[in-house]
Amino acid sequence: MSDLVSYRLTVNGTERSVTDGVLSESLLFVLRERLGLAGSKNACEQGECGSCSILLDGELVCSCLVMAATVEGRTITTIESLSPDGALSDVQQAFIDAGAVQCGFCTPGLIVTVHELLDRSLEADEFDIREALAGNLCRCTGYGRILKAVQLAATGRKALLEGSPDVV
Amino acid sequence: MTVLLPQTIAEACAAVASHPNALLLSGGTDLMVEVNSGRRRPQKVIALIGIDELRNWSSEDGDITIGAGVTFARLATGELASLFPALAMAARTVGSSQIRNAATIGGNIGTSSPAGDSLPVLAALEARIVLQSSAGVREVPIADFCVGPKRTDRHPDELITALRIRPTDGPQEFCKLGTRQAMAISIASVAVIADRAKRNVRVGLGAVGPVPLRTREAEAFAAENIDWATGQALDPQIHARFGSLVAEASHPIDDHRSSLAYRRHAVGVLATRALRRMFP
Repeated sequence: MSDLVSYRLTVNGTERSVTDGVLSESLLFVLRERLGLAGSKNACEQGECGSCSILLDGELVCSCLVMAATVEGRTITTIESLSPDGALSDVQQAFIDAGAVQCGFCTPGLIVTVHELLDRSLEADEFDIREALAGNLCRCTGYGRILKAVQLAATGRKALLEGSPDVV
Repeated sequence: MTVLLPQTIAEACAAVASHPNALLLSGGTDLMVEVNSGRRRPQKVIALIGIDELRNWSSEDGDITIGAGVTFARLATGELASLFPALAMAARTVGSSQIRNAATIGGNIGTSSPAGDSLPVLAALEARIVLQSSAGVREVPIADFCVGPKRTDRHPDELITALRIRPTDGPQEFCKLGTRQAMAISIASVAVIADRAKRNVRVGLGAVGPVPLRTREAEAFAAENIDWATGQALDPQIHARFGSLVAEASHPIDDHRSSLAYRRHAVGVLATRALRRMFP
Protein backbone atom coordinates (compact mmCIF):
# COMPACT_ATOMS: atom_id res chain seq x y z
CA MET A 1 0.00 0.00 0.00
CA SER A 2 1.33 3.39 -0.98
CA ASP A 3 2.24 5.88 1.72
CA LEU A 4 0.92 8.71 -0.43
CA VAL A 5 -2.47 9.71 -1.74
CA SER A 6 -3.48 11.41 -4.98
CA TYR A 7 -6.76 13.20 -5.52
CA ARG A 8 -8.36 16.12 -7.30
CA LEU A 9 -9.82 19.30 -5.87
CA THR A 10 -12.14 21.87 -7.42
CA VAL A 11 -10.79 25.21 -6.22
CA ASN A 12 -12.31 28.50 -7.37
CA GLY A 13 -13.85 26.75 -10.37
CA THR A 14 -10.61 25.10 -11.49
CA GLU A 15 -9.78 21.41 -11.18
CA ARG A 16 -6.43 20.95 -9.44
CA SER A 17 -4.53 17.69 -8.99
CA VAL A 18 -2.74 16.74 -5.83
CA THR A 19 -0.24 13.95 -6.28
CA ASP A 20 1.97 12.45 -3.61
CA GLY A 21 -0.16 14.01 -0.86
CA VAL A 22 -0.11 12.83 2.72
CA LEU A 23 -3.44 11.64 4.09
CA SER A 24 -3.33 13.75 7.24
CA GLU A 25 -2.80 17.04 5.39
CA SER A 26 -5.43 19.70 5.98
CA LEU A 27 -7.05 21.54 3.11
CA LEU A 28 -5.36 24.69 4.40
CA PHE A 29 -1.93 23.09 4.08
CA VAL A 30 -2.69 21.80 0.60
CA LEU A 31 -4.07 25.16 -0.59
CA ARG A 32 -1.01 27.04 0.68
CA GLU A 33 1.86 24.61 0.20
CA ARG A 34 0.81 22.47 -2.76
CA LEU A 35 -1.49 24.73 -4.80
CA GLY A 36 0.20 28.08 -4.18
CA LEU A 37 -2.92 29.75 -2.77
CA ALA A 38 -1.45 31.54 0.23
CA GLY A 39 -4.36 33.92 0.82
CA SER A 40 -5.89 31.67 3.49
CA LYS A 41 -3.72 32.13 6.56
CA ASN A 42 -2.37 29.50 8.92
CA ALA A 43 -2.36 30.36 12.60
CA CYS A 44 -3.96 28.10 15.21
CA GLU A 45 -4.60 24.87 13.25
CA GLN A 46 -7.48 24.08 15.61
CA GLY A 47 -10.42 26.08 14.29
CA GLU A 48 -10.10 28.79 16.93
CA CYS A 49 -8.93 31.80 14.90
CA GLY A 50 -10.83 31.69 11.59
CA SER A 51 -7.90 33.06 9.57
CA CYS A 52 -8.14 30.04 7.23
CA SER A 53 -11.88 30.51 6.54
CA ILE A 54 -13.06 29.28 3.14
CA LEU A 55 -16.37 28.19 1.61
CA LEU A 56 -16.95 24.47 1.13
CA ASP A 57 -20.03 23.89 -1.04
CA GLY A 58 -20.95 27.47 -0.15
CA GLU A 59 -20.68 26.96 3.62
CA LEU A 60 -18.18 28.83 5.74
CA VAL A 61 -15.68 26.47 7.38
CA CYS A 62 -12.13 26.47 8.71
CA SER A 63 -9.95 24.88 6.03
CA CYS A 64 -7.49 23.71 8.70
CA LEU A 65 -10.19 21.30 9.96
CA VAL A 66 -10.93 19.80 6.55
CA MET A 67 -8.93 16.72 5.56
CA ALA A 68 -8.01 17.63 1.99
CA ALA A 69 -8.18 14.11 0.57
CA THR A 70 -11.85 13.81 1.62
CA VAL A 71 -13.25 16.77 -0.35
CA GLU A 72 -12.74 15.54 -3.90
CA GLY A 73 -15.69 16.68 -6.03
CA ARG A 74 -16.81 19.39 -3.65
CA THR A 75 -16.76 23.10 -4.42
CA ILE A 76 -13.95 24.98 -2.68
CA THR A 77 -13.98 28.79 -2.72
CA THR A 78 -11.07 30.76 -1.27
CA ILE A 79 -10.26 34.42 -0.67
CA GLU A 80 -8.44 34.48 -4.02
CA SER A 81 -11.73 34.11 -5.93
CA LEU A 82 -13.25 37.25 -4.41
CA SER A 83 -11.04 39.59 -6.44
CA PRO A 84 -10.06 37.48 -9.43
CA ASP A 85 -8.93 40.36 -11.66
CA GLY A 86 -7.11 42.18 -8.88
CA ALA A 87 -9.93 44.64 -8.26
CA LEU A 88 -11.09 44.87 -4.67
CA SER A 89 -14.45 43.43 -3.65
CA ASP A 90 -16.93 45.76 -1.95
CA VAL A 91 -16.11 44.17 1.41
CA GLN A 92 -12.37 44.59 0.89
CA GLN A 93 -12.90 48.26 -0.04
CA ALA A 94 -15.11 48.76 3.03
CA PHE A 95 -12.36 47.32 5.27
CA ILE A 96 -9.91 49.87 3.85
CA ASP A 97 -12.40 52.74 4.08
CA ALA A 98 -13.25 51.92 7.70
CA GLY A 99 -9.62 51.42 8.73
CA ALA A 100 -10.37 47.82 9.66
CA VAL A 101 -6.99 46.45 8.56
CA GLN A 102 -3.95 46.75 10.77
CA CYS A 103 -1.42 43.91 10.55
CA GLY A 104 -3.69 42.22 8.00
CA PHE A 105 -3.17 38.63 9.06
CA CYS A 106 -6.80 38.01 10.05
CA THR A 107 -8.16 40.04 7.12
CA PRO A 108 -8.55 37.32 4.45
CA GLY A 109 -10.50 35.10 6.86
CA LEU A 110 -12.68 38.00 7.93
CA ILE A 111 -13.33 39.06 4.34
CA VAL A 112 -14.50 35.54 3.44
CA THR A 113 -16.69 35.44 6.57
CA VAL A 114 -18.23 38.85 5.84
CA HIS A 115 -18.92 37.94 2.21
CA GLU A 116 -20.74 34.81 3.37
CA LEU A 117 -22.73 36.84 5.93
CA LEU A 118 -23.75 39.60 3.50
CA ASP A 119 -24.59 37.14 0.73
CA ARG A 120 -27.02 35.57 3.22
CA SER A 121 -28.48 38.73 4.73
CA LEU A 122 -28.10 42.50 4.55
CA GLU A 123 -30.33 42.98 7.57
CA ALA A 124 -27.87 41.79 10.23
CA ASP A 125 -27.79 44.09 13.26
CA GLU A 126 -24.69 44.60 15.38
CA PHE A 127 -25.47 41.56 17.54
CA ASP A 128 -25.90 39.34 14.46
CA ILE A 129 -22.63 40.63 13.01
CA ARG A 130 -20.78 39.99 16.26
CA GLU A 131 -22.16 36.44 16.39
CA ALA A 132 -21.28 35.82 12.72
CA LEU A 133 -17.72 37.08 13.25
CA ALA A 134 -17.17 35.32 16.60
CA GLY A 135 -14.99 32.67 14.96
CA ASN A 136 -12.51 35.18 13.51
CA LEU A 137 -9.90 36.51 15.91
CA CYS A 138 -8.23 39.89 15.36
CA ARG A 139 -5.50 40.88 17.83
CA CYS A 140 -4.96 44.42 16.50
CA THR A 141 -8.14 46.36 15.91
CA GLY A 142 -10.35 45.65 18.91
CA TYR A 143 -13.06 44.85 16.33
CA GLY A 144 -14.75 48.30 16.37
CA ARG A 145 -13.59 49.25 12.90
CA ILE A 146 -14.27 45.76 11.59
CA LEU A 147 -17.91 46.09 12.72
CA LYS A 148 -18.02 49.49 11.00
CA ALA A 149 -16.62 47.96 7.80
CA VAL A 150 -19.32 45.28 7.78
CA GLN A 151 -22.03 47.90 8.26
CA LEU A 152 -20.47 50.05 5.54
CA ALA A 153 -20.41 47.15 3.08
CA ALA A 154 -24.01 46.20 3.97
CA THR A 155 -25.17 49.79 3.50
CA GLY A 156 -23.43 49.94 0.14
CA ARG A 157 -25.06 46.75 -1.08
CA LYS A 158 -28.48 47.87 0.12
CA ALA A 159 -28.06 51.17 -1.69
CA LEU A 160 -27.14 49.34 -4.88
CA LEU A 161 -30.21 47.12 -4.53
CA GLU A 162 -32.44 50.11 -3.94
CA GLY A 163 -30.87 52.01 -6.84
CA SER A 164 -29.85 55.00 -4.78
CA PRO A 165 -26.06 55.08 -4.98
CA ASP A 166 -25.77 58.48 -3.30
CA VAL A 167 -26.67 56.84 0.05
CA VAL A 168 -23.21 55.25 -0.01
CA MET B 1 -2.57 5.31 3.20
CA THR B 2 -6.21 4.96 2.33
CA VAL B 3 -9.14 7.28 2.29
CA LEU B 4 -12.58 5.78 1.77
CA LEU B 5 -15.53 7.96 0.78
CA PRO B 6 -18.68 5.81 1.14
CA GLN B 7 -21.85 7.31 -0.35
CA THR B 8 -24.39 5.18 1.54
CA ILE B 9 -24.77 3.80 5.06
CA ALA B 10 -24.48 0.28 3.65
CA GLU B 11 -21.18 1.15 1.95
CA ALA B 12 -19.94 2.77 5.16
CA CYS B 13 -20.83 -0.33 7.22
CA ALA B 14 -18.97 -2.51 4.74
CA ALA B 15 -15.99 -0.15 4.91
CA VAL B 16 -15.95 -0.20 8.72
CA ALA B 17 -16.24 -4.01 8.73
CA SER B 18 -13.27 -4.45 6.40
CA HIS B 19 -11.15 -1.66 7.97
CA PRO B 20 -11.86 -1.86 11.71
CA ASN B 21 -8.77 0.25 12.50
CA ALA B 22 -9.73 3.12 10.22
CA LEU B 23 -10.55 6.48 11.75
CA LEU B 24 -14.13 7.63 11.22
CA LEU B 25 -14.19 11.24 10.09
CA SER B 26 -17.33 13.35 10.09
CA GLY B 27 -17.10 17.15 10.40
CA GLY B 28 -13.44 16.96 11.39
CA THR B 29 -13.63 19.60 14.10
CA ASP B 30 -12.38 17.21 16.81
CA LEU B 31 -10.27 14.79 14.81
CA MET B 32 -8.38 17.29 12.66
CA VAL B 33 -7.26 19.21 15.75
CA GLU B 34 -5.53 16.02 16.90
CA VAL B 35 -4.15 15.35 13.42
CA ASN B 36 -2.82 18.90 13.01
CA SER B 37 -1.10 18.78 16.39
CA GLY B 38 0.58 15.49 15.49
CA ARG B 39 -1.19 13.50 18.20
CA ARG B 40 -2.71 11.30 15.48
CA ARG B 41 -1.22 10.16 12.21
CA PRO B 42 -4.06 8.36 10.45
CA GLN B 43 -3.16 5.66 7.95
CA LYS B 44 -6.76 4.87 7.04
CA VAL B 45 -9.72 7.21 7.11
CA ILE B 46 -13.38 6.57 6.38
CA ALA B 47 -14.93 9.96 5.66
CA LEU B 48 -18.67 10.00 6.29
CA ILE B 49 -19.33 13.44 4.88
CA GLY B 50 -20.57 12.18 1.48
CA ILE B 51 -23.40 10.07 2.92
CA ASP B 52 -26.60 12.02 2.21
CA GLU B 53 -28.69 9.56 4.29
CA LEU B 54 -26.85 10.74 7.41
CA ARG B 55 -27.59 14.41 6.76
CA ASN B 56 -31.40 14.23 6.96
CA TRP B 57 -33.97 14.04 9.71
CA SER B 58 -37.44 12.50 9.71
CA SER B 59 -40.54 11.99 11.82
CA GLU B 60 -42.08 8.57 12.41
CA ASP B 61 -44.47 7.15 15.04
CA GLY B 62 -44.02 10.23 17.23
CA ASP B 63 -40.24 9.98 17.26
CA ILE B 64 -37.86 12.33 15.50
CA THR B 65 -34.85 10.64 13.93
CA ILE B 66 -31.92 12.99 13.39
CA GLY B 67 -29.17 11.71 11.09
CA ALA B 68 -25.71 11.59 12.62
CA GLY B 69 -24.40 13.92 9.91
CA VAL B 70 -26.78 16.78 10.74
CA THR B 71 -24.66 19.80 11.61
CA PHE B 72 -25.03 22.10 14.62
CA ALA B 73 -25.85 24.92 12.20
CA ARG B 74 -28.98 23.00 11.16
CA LEU B 75 -29.92 22.06 14.73
CA ALA B 76 -29.74 25.73 15.73
CA THR B 77 -32.40 26.96 13.30
CA GLY B 78 -35.61 25.98 11.55
CA GLU B 79 -37.99 23.16 12.34
CA LEU B 80 -35.53 21.10 14.38
CA ALA B 81 -34.96 24.13 16.62
CA SER B 82 -38.73 24.41 17.20
CA LEU B 83 -38.97 20.71 18.07
CA PHE B 84 -36.00 20.74 20.46
CA PRO B 85 -35.35 24.30 21.71
CA ALA B 86 -32.77 23.26 24.31
CA LEU B 87 -30.82 21.33 21.69
CA ALA B 88 -30.94 24.40 19.44
CA MET B 89 -29.64 26.59 22.27
CA ALA B 90 -26.79 24.15 22.89
CA ALA B 91 -26.05 23.96 19.16
CA ARG B 92 -25.81 27.75 18.97
CA THR B 93 -23.15 27.77 21.70
CA VAL B 94 -20.92 25.32 19.82
CA GLY B 95 -17.74 26.97 18.51
CA SER B 96 -18.35 29.56 15.83
CA SER B 97 -20.32 29.61 12.59
CA GLN B 98 -17.32 27.95 10.90
CA ILE B 99 -17.43 25.11 13.44
CA ARG B 100 -21.23 24.77 13.45
CA ASN B 101 -21.27 24.45 9.66
CA ALA B 102 -18.91 21.48 9.86
CA ALA B 103 -19.44 19.79 13.23
CA THR B 104 -22.12 17.08 13.41
CA ILE B 105 -24.31 15.76 16.19
CA GLY B 106 -23.05 12.23 15.47
CA GLY B 107 -19.48 13.42 15.88
CA ASN B 108 -20.29 15.04 19.22
CA ILE B 109 -21.82 11.77 20.44
CA GLY B 110 -19.01 9.65 19.00
CA THR B 111 -16.28 11.78 20.60
CA SER B 112 -18.25 11.76 23.86
CA SER B 113 -16.15 14.43 25.52
CA PRO B 114 -17.45 15.23 29.03
CA ALA B 115 -17.74 18.83 27.75
CA GLY B 116 -19.64 17.88 24.57
CA ASP B 117 -22.34 20.53 24.35
CA SER B 118 -25.14 18.36 22.96
CA LEU B 119 -24.71 15.57 25.50
CA PRO B 120 -26.48 17.04 28.56
CA VAL B 121 -29.43 17.98 26.35
CA LEU B 122 -29.57 14.51 24.83
CA ALA B 123 -29.39 13.02 28.33
CA ALA B 124 -32.32 15.17 29.48
CA LEU B 125 -34.26 14.34 26.29
CA GLU B 126 -33.52 10.63 26.88
CA ALA B 127 -32.26 10.31 23.32
CA ARG B 128 -31.51 6.88 21.90
CA ILE B 129 -28.42 6.37 19.76
CA VAL B 130 -28.93 4.32 16.60
CA LEU B 131 -25.94 2.14 15.72
CA GLN B 132 -25.61 0.15 12.53
CA SER B 133 -23.19 -2.48 11.33
CA SER B 134 -23.21 -5.09 8.60
CA ALA B 135 -24.77 -7.40 11.22
CA GLY B 136 -27.77 -5.15 11.95
CA VAL B 137 -29.12 -2.16 13.83
CA ARG B 138 -29.40 -1.52 17.56
CA GLU B 139 -30.60 1.37 19.68
CA VAL B 140 -28.89 2.36 22.92
CA PRO B 141 -30.14 4.96 25.42
CA ILE B 142 -27.59 7.75 25.72
CA ALA B 143 -27.26 6.99 29.45
CA ASP B 144 -25.82 3.58 28.50
CA PHE B 145 -23.94 4.78 25.44
CA CYS B 146 -21.58 7.25 27.17
CA VAL B 147 -19.55 5.00 29.47
CA GLY B 148 -16.67 7.32 30.40
CA PRO B 149 -14.69 10.35 29.25
CA LYS B 150 -14.37 9.92 25.47
CA ARG B 151 -15.46 6.29 25.84
CA THR B 152 -18.65 4.90 24.35
CA ASP B 153 -20.49 1.63 23.85
CA ARG B 154 -19.90 1.77 20.07
CA HIS B 155 -18.42 -1.49 18.80
CA PRO B 156 -15.50 -1.19 16.36
CA ASP B 157 -17.63 -2.38 13.44
CA GLU B 158 -20.50 -0.01 14.17
CA LEU B 159 -21.45 3.35 12.78
CA ILE B 160 -23.52 5.94 14.64
CA THR B 161 -26.21 6.60 12.07
CA ALA B 162 -28.79 8.63 13.98
CA LEU B 163 -30.32 9.60 17.25
CA ARG B 164 -33.96 9.16 18.05
CA ILE B 165 -35.86 11.53 20.34
CA ARG B 166 -39.49 11.79 21.41
CA PRO B 167 -40.44 15.49 21.38
CA THR B 168 -42.02 16.88 24.55
CA ASP B 169 -44.46 19.69 25.20
CA GLY B 170 -43.21 22.23 27.74
CA PRO B 171 -40.48 24.78 28.33
CA GLN B 172 -36.83 23.84 27.83
CA GLU B 173 -33.60 25.61 28.64
CA PHE B 174 -29.86 25.17 28.13
CA CYS B 175 -27.25 27.22 29.98
CA LYS B 176 -23.51 26.98 29.49
CA LEU B 177 -20.58 28.66 31.15
CA GLY B 178 -17.32 29.20 29.28
CA THR B 179 -14.64 31.84 29.12
CA ARG B 180 -16.54 33.66 26.38
CA GLN B 181 -19.80 33.14 24.52
CA ALA B 182 -18.26 31.73 21.34
CA MET B 183 -15.43 29.25 20.86
CA ALA B 184 -15.54 28.17 24.49
CA ILE B 185 -15.26 24.66 25.85
CA SER B 186 -17.83 24.25 28.61
CA ILE B 187 -16.76 24.73 32.20
CA ALA B 188 -20.26 23.59 33.17
CA SER B 189 -23.59 23.28 31.39
CA VAL B 190 -27.18 22.42 32.29
CA ALA B 191 -30.14 21.31 30.21
CA VAL B 192 -33.62 21.31 31.75
CA ILE B 193 -36.66 19.81 29.99
CA ALA B 194 -40.16 20.17 31.46
CA ASP B 195 -42.59 17.58 30.06
CA ARG B 196 -46.16 18.81 30.54
CA ALA B 197 -47.79 15.55 29.45
CA LYS B 198 -45.83 13.39 31.89
CA ARG B 199 -45.57 16.19 34.45
CA ASN B 200 -41.91 15.53 34.95
CA VAL B 201 -38.68 17.50 34.75
CA ARG B 202 -35.47 16.04 33.35
CA VAL B 203 -32.07 17.58 33.97
CA GLY B 204 -28.83 16.86 32.13
CA LEU B 205 -25.49 18.18 33.37
CA GLY B 206 -22.41 18.67 31.19
CA ALA B 207 -18.71 19.01 32.02
CA VAL B 208 -19.28 18.21 35.72
CA GLY B 209 -18.83 14.45 35.51
CA PRO B 210 -17.14 11.79 33.38
CA VAL B 211 -20.35 11.42 31.36
CA PRO B 212 -23.48 13.59 31.09
CA LEU B 213 -25.26 13.29 34.44
CA ARG B 214 -28.94 13.16 35.39
CA THR B 215 -30.02 14.44 38.78
CA ARG B 216 -33.07 12.54 40.00
CA GLU B 217 -33.48 14.42 43.28
CA ALA B 218 -33.45 17.86 41.65
CA GLU B 219 -35.76 16.57 38.90
CA ALA B 220 -38.31 15.26 41.41
CA PHE B 221 -38.08 18.43 43.50
CA ALA B 222 -38.82 20.66 40.47
CA ALA B 223 -41.66 18.43 39.25
CA GLU B 224 -43.33 18.52 42.69
CA ASN B 225 -43.15 22.29 42.93
CA ILE B 226 -44.29 23.21 39.44
CA ASP B 227 -48.00 24.00 39.10
CA TRP B 228 -48.51 21.94 35.94
CA ALA B 229 -52.10 23.09 35.38
CA THR B 230 -51.29 26.80 35.28
CA GLY B 231 -47.49 26.85 34.75
CA GLN B 232 -47.47 29.82 37.09
CA ALA B 233 -44.39 31.48 38.55
CA LEU B 234 -42.21 29.65 41.04
CA ASP B 235 -40.95 31.14 44.27
CA PRO B 236 -37.29 32.28 43.88
CA GLN B 237 -36.46 29.99 46.82
CA ILE B 238 -37.58 27.03 44.70
CA HIS B 239 -35.22 28.10 41.89
CA ALA B 240 -32.39 28.39 44.40
CA ARG B 241 -33.11 25.06 46.11
CA PHE B 242 -33.23 23.38 42.71
CA GLY B 243 -29.80 24.88 41.95
CA SER B 244 -28.40 23.56 45.23
CA LEU B 245 -29.70 20.05 44.53
CA VAL B 246 -28.12 20.14 41.06
CA ALA B 247 -24.78 21.33 42.48
CA GLU B 248 -24.87 18.50 45.06
CA ALA B 249 -25.49 15.95 42.34
CA SER B 250 -22.53 17.06 40.23
CA HIS B 251 -19.18 15.20 40.19
CA PRO B 252 -16.74 17.75 38.78
CA ILE B 253 -12.96 17.53 38.68
CA ASP B 254 -10.12 20.05 38.94
CA ASP B 255 -8.42 20.66 35.63
CA HIS B 256 -6.83 23.44 33.57
CA ARG B 257 -10.23 24.90 32.69
CA SER B 258 -11.68 25.20 36.16
CA SER B 259 -11.46 24.07 39.76
CA LEU B 260 -13.82 21.47 41.15
CA ALA B 261 -15.32 23.99 43.60
CA TYR B 262 -15.97 26.60 40.91
CA ARG B 263 -17.57 24.05 38.59
CA ARG B 264 -19.87 22.84 41.37
CA HIS B 265 -20.86 26.42 42.24
CA ALA B 266 -21.33 27.34 38.57
CA VAL B 267 -23.53 24.37 37.71
CA GLY B 268 -25.86 25.32 40.58
CA VAL B 269 -26.06 28.91 39.38
CA LEU B 270 -26.78 27.75 35.83
CA ALA B 271 -29.54 25.39 37.03
CA THR B 272 -31.16 28.13 39.11
CA ARG B 273 -31.05 30.44 36.08
CA ALA B 274 -32.48 27.79 33.77
CA LEU B 275 -35.49 27.02 35.99
CA ARG B 276 -36.12 30.76 36.50
CA ARG B 277 -36.20 31.31 32.74
CA MET B 278 -38.65 28.43 32.32
CA PHE B 279 -40.90 29.30 35.27
CA PRO B 280 -40.01 32.91 36.12
